[in-house]
Amino acid sequence: MNLTFTTEEQRFRAEVREFLADSLPDDIRKRVRLGRHLRADDHLRWQNILSRQGWLAANWPVEHGGPGWGPVQRHIFDEECAAAHAPTVVPFGVNMVAPVIMKFGTAEQQARYLPRILDNQDWWCQGYSEPGAGSDLASLNTRAVREDDHYIVNGQKTWTTLGQHANMLFCLVRTDPAAKKQAGISFLLIDMQTPGITVRPIVTLDGAHEVNEVFLDNVRVPVENRVGEEGQGWTCAKFLLTHERTGIAGLGHAKQALVHLKSLASRIQHRGKPLLEQPSFRQRVVKAEIELMALEVTNLRVIAAARDGGAPGAESSLLKVRGSELRQELSELTRRALGPAAVAFFPEFLYQDEPLDEAYAASAAASAQYFNRRKLSIYGGANEIQKGIVAKTILGM
Amino acid sequence: MDFALTDEQRMLDETLTRLVADKVSFEQRRHMLNASKAGADDPLWQSFAELGLLHMPFDESVGGLNGDGTDLMIILQALGRGLVPQPYLFGLVLPGQLLALTASAEQRTRWLDPLLSGEHQLALAWQEVAARYDAKGITTTARREDDHWRLTGQKTLVMNLESAAAILVTAKLDSGKLGLFVVPTDSIGVSGFNYRTMDEQSAGDLTLEDVVLGVEHCLSEDVESALDEVLALGRAGLCAQALGAMESACDQTLEYLKDRKQFGVPLATFQALQHRMVDMHLHLEQSRSMTILAATSLTLDSTDRDYKIAAAKAYCGESARFIAEQAIQLHGAMGMTDECNVASVARHLVMFDHYLGDCDFHLETVSDRIDAA
Repeated sequence: MNLTFTTEEQRFRAEVREFLADSLPDDIRKRVRLGRHLRADDHLRWQNILSRQGWLAANWPVEHGGPGWGPVQRHIFDEECAAAHAPTVVPFGVNMVAPVIMKFGTAEQQARYLPRILDNQDWWCQGYSEPGAGSDLASLNTRAVREDDHYIVNGQKTWTTLGQHANMLFCLVRTDPAAKKQAGISFLLIDMQTPGITVRPIVTLDGAHEVNEVFLDNVRVPVENRVGEEGQGWTCAKFLLTHERTGIAGLGHAKQALVHLKSLASRIQHRGKPLLEQPSFRQRVVKAEIELMALEVTNLRVIAAARDGGAPGAESSLLKVRGSELRQELSELTRRALGPAAVAFFPEFLYQDEPLDEAYAASAAASAQYFNRRKLSIYGGANEIQKGIVAKTILGM
Repeated sequence: MDFALTDEQRMLDETLTRLVADKVSFEQRRHMLNASKAGADDPLWQSFAELGLLHMPFDESVGGLNGDGTDLMIILQALGRGLVPQPYLFGLVLPGQLLALTASAEQRTRWLDPLLSGEHQLALAWQEVAARYDAKGITTTARREDDHWRLTGQKTLVMNLESAAAILVTAKLDSGKLGLFVVPTDSIGVSGFNYRTMDEQSAGDLTLEDVVLGVEHCLSEDVESALDEVLALGRAGLCAQALGAMESACDQTLEYLKDRKQFGVPLATFQALQHRMVDMHLHLEQSRSMTILAATSLTLDSTDRDYKIAAAKAYCGESARFIAEQAIQLHGAMGMTDECNVASVARHLVMFDHYLGDCDFHLETVSDRIDAA
């Protein structure tokens, strides 16, 4: 066994690093570094740069316009992007709906939607969760009733991330209320301009507007916008969830957060010495560092298995649980490191365009990010759901 | 980056797993533990010799088979899974590697060759009560007098002391450096107090009172870096051995949860217990990663090697204790009984932390390095 990257992989890492140094606009890099929210235009500017480089659709095969990278290269790319403070690519189009369309969509659907995802013409959002269907997603109630060549959709979706910027929605709907709960679900692609759609913001406990409620009131969706057969929506949803969970350990982000924490704690003074030398604080940093080492090797094991032909399975649940716990711990330590400086809250700076004195700007995001990171153990299948998956699929309980 | 085993390594794993299953059931193991004295004459040790296991971890230049960290991990993991009592790590690997690194050709012929051929076993005495886990802060001394050396001091927790033909002993020299000596157990002035460890291994304390040794018994007058290398190897090996025991604890506990019924249903149907079992599994898999990290770090430069292996030993130490405690709890009152197999595994998993430096000791090593890392 060995844990080293090949010369070719190291060359690839250098190439990605150089590209990021040359092409990532400074103002965007700075916004990410300071934890300020990105505007729609920031996302688009960066994704257009990636698109021109041919690196936007990192997971796509060459035949659909992807770079044809393997799991190792994708891992290196993600890690370098996080280290360089590049924005995370908005995943709903390129990483979530696109694989479903490739796998289950018709040739027409592929020809229509994939190129538009590849050059950022469509901004996709996700219509999965409902007020009454969270972890128990299959109990969703949004109804789609067939009327000639249209579905009439009625219901409410929630936690729709960045839905305020989106023009397209992929949506799970119930087409057959009489069938068993998973069997009555279909997968629809919905134009957000269709009459009857209302998007309402949800402000989260960190003061941010990231997620939304989406109300669907007699929305007419052409039948040709259904992906897969009627009643096959759950198969599409499950396929998408396995894609959502790969890379969900957020290892690059955890590494970056640890680097930031250590640099912060060596600059901040505590009783005349760097905070990093305070024994109980240092002990927690050491433990986080070791947990990160373990997580990194586990992640490499999963990547190597994927490279050698295995499918991402229940191991990604393991990565999700431990990765989210570690990132939450790092956000907690960062907030604590700042001490009194973590208390002031400047939402106009973080979420809008108001400027802020440099002295405040560097620490402004820590507490908000701490609260924001609570989502990591809830979204993408709550950690308790992940443990249920491990119990069932790995341990056979 | 590669986690796959070679064909030879897979064969090694299969052979050993079969051997352990055939020869070291829990009943057979109890029998072995009750046998008065085992050592090199033990039939299982002779099977190890026939399989080439005693040559495996050593360099070709000293007559070994050039096994690497992965080979050692495979062997110790398989032995750990069955809690095999034979002292592969403490009676063979550690003293053997130290000889390979320090001994002259004559010394190798006298001490290393018979070790590899299974004629005798050895022991390594590096620890002292007052120095706890610190290999350097010792008070045993060796003084050169004309054509001999004179050793005085006390060593503690010498694993395999009872079965060893000779003991490798560290001592402070007048130069201030750390020396290494090979001390035959029948030398005048050598006495031992043997005991069983909490996890049923054989160990003892060693007293050296004006032990006079010829110069041919001095292996090194500056052994510090070789000792560091061998302790690192031992720590990586211990992680692998504990990993095997963690696998065993998890397997036994899962099986118990599926078999045992209360309130009319198997325990495995209760979500509170499922999540505990999953937490054990998460600790197991993360420990596997850290054991791989340790096994593949043996060839790095010493600073990097010691940092990564310390991280692995600290991590596995805490995980092993966690898994042991959960295994006892999930077995209910059965887990408290001596006859329950998982109890033996749990004892080893907790005591493992005390061998070659515990979590706190190794966290310190990592802590000293985090600014640079």
